[in-house]
Amino acid sequence: MTEITPTATERPRLAALAEFWHYFSMNRGAVIGLVVFAILVIVALFAPWIAPYPADQQFRDALLLPPSWMEGGRSAYLLGTDPVGRDMLSRLIHGSRYSLAIGLVVVTVALSVGIVLGVLAGYFRGWVDVVIMRVMDIILAFPSLLLALVLVAIMGPGLFNAMLAIALVLQPHFARLVRAAVMAEAGKDYVTSARVAGAGHIRLMIKTILPNCVAPLIVQATLSFSNAILEAAALGFLGMGAQPPTPEWGTMLASAREFITRAPWVVTFPGLAILITVLAINLVGDGLRDALDPKLKRS
Amino acid sequence: MLRYILHKLALIVPTVIGITICSFAFIRLLPGDPILAMAGQHGVSPERYEILKEQFGFNMPIWQQYLSYVWNVLHGDFGISLATKRPVLTDFLALFPATIELALFAMLLAVALGIPAGIFAAVKRGSWFDQLTMGVALTGYSMPIFWWGLLLIIFFSGYLGWTPVSGRIAINFFFKPITGFMLVDTLLYGNWAAFVSAVRHLILPAVVLGTIPLAVIARQTRSAMLEVLGEDYVRTARAKGLSPSRVINIHALRNAMIPVVTTIGLQVGMLMAGAILTETIFSWPGIGKWMIESISKRDYVVVQSGLLLIALVVMAVNLIVDVLYAVINPRIRAR
Repeated sequence: MTEITPTATERPRLAALAEFWHYFSMNRGAVIGLVVFAILVIVALFAPWIAPYPADQQFRDALLLPPSWMEGGRSAYLLGTDPVGRDMLSRLIHGSRYSLAIGLVVVTVALSVGIVLGVLAGYFRGWVDVVIMRVMDIILAFPSLLLALVLVAIMGPGLFNAMLAIALVLQPHFARLVRAAVMAEAGKDYVTSARVAGAGHIRLMIKTILPNCVAPLIVQATLSFSNAILEAAALGFLGMGAQPPTPEWGTMLASAREFITRAPWVVTFPGLAILITVLAINLVGDGLRDALDPKLKRS
Repeated sequence: MLRYILHKLALIVPTVIGITICSFAFIRLLPGDPILAMAGQHGVSPERYEILKEQFGFNMPIWQQYLSYVWNVLHGDFGISLATKRPVLTDFLALFPATIELALFAMLLAVALGIPAGIFAAVKRGSWFDQLTMGVALTGYSMPIFWWGLLLIIFFSGYLGWTPVSGRIAINFFFKPITGFMLVDTLLYGNWAAFVSAVRHLILPAVVLGTIPLAVIARQTRSAMLEVLGEDYVRTARAKGLSPSRVINIHALRNAMIPVVTTIGLQVGMLMAGAILTETIFSWPGIGKWMIESISKRDYVVVQSGLLLIALVVMAVNLIVDVLYAVINPRIRAR
């Protein structure tokens, strides 16, 4: 085998990146989604500096104020205030931290567990494969939200437990994907040649095969990110996720429910925030899928 | 065909056993003493404690507990609800039709709108209709449906006053259920006003529950159509001089429907998850609301059996879809 000089590998990698960006940027929706997502990340990172007030500061003289452009609204509270006089905009800004953290933690946990199980099943086959995949089938047999609810009931309500439960529920999708990709790759010549060259099991699994399964994993991770945010908000809404007074968007919706006719804005904005976030991520996901899937590429 | 069905059945046996283990383990995984946990802050008298312990069989070895659990389940004994004191299966069967009715109409809506929308979007690829439909579909797919439901209530029930806010039928109508399906029952009684009331109650929940399946079906139909429209046999059909509508309806559509049918089948689990949220928002007396209430009331016998029953229903429906799929597509059977 010939030595490959670093410059020779870097150039195709850069070219691949440029090609990826070329296809990705052709999708206008995906670019918009990416921009919105980037703004959300910035908002989440700098929330305490951007938000006009702390998330839990109450203004006793400003209960249930409508947004500033509506009659009775005040310019000090741009999106109005909630039933106990907290600024909606500030709570929403702080809430972005929770949603992005939920997505990040859930995807990291689900991805790591899914990769380990999927690689083991796809690489070793036999009974390892049978046992792992049967367990995945069992998890997938339950409606995801129901299983997450029951797991939270066992572990106790709370944001952290909700994240763990959602990660567990989403993880079989990764395991299945990785297993299929590993099985497809394992028989190919480059793997055989690496094995003949003396690569051990671990090296074959992680360094040789796994990097070639990355594309579908990226797409699945993006979709799971938005799914995790939706499910965590749903759990929060049902009172089993983040607990009040946490400014998590789903939890905010739950406590706003009784004011739905009197003060529609306390219901409207948290849900809108969830929708925009999830939509932006799904737009990016669609763009990634189109850009990474060679079947759809038009030459 | 019979061999195919038996093969499919054999495949799900381990999963079914796994599901029973999960629901069996649930009560035993609860932190602390399961009986005290179920009793909640009210506590439980020592006599009642012993009775419950006997009833659940917590004094037997664990494998014996599991076997007797499975034995009971196989005989249709899913335990007694702590809250209603009725057999869980009785409550489940009484509430299940409400969920089926809701889910069926949600699915009907999703299929009736999603498939034509997907076909038109594919045929007019790149047009404003295509872009609009796919934009709306992605928005629907990203929708937090619990919020969507609240918005619809604000607008249609609060602002316009067109639809009722909750329940299955106005309270001044009372029926002894015949089939459990409100729309059918009201018609069987011949009460037109009650039927109209039931329809008005059903519309918003069905729209909310159908939103995500609708989005998924529209997107799937479009991509399946696009794939088929690029195939050689479609080009051949066009080259033969067949009319565009004949090419699309006969040659393309039939083949494009195969993956769409699979997608529809896969939505059943989604519908059950969505039913939990939809039924909670609209106070729809189905099994989704029942499960949520049982979790918050710590009626863990119901949660345990509900989990098992719902999973079994989802699996059964998926199995039926698999078999139907093999009926319409002989290529699957041959494998």
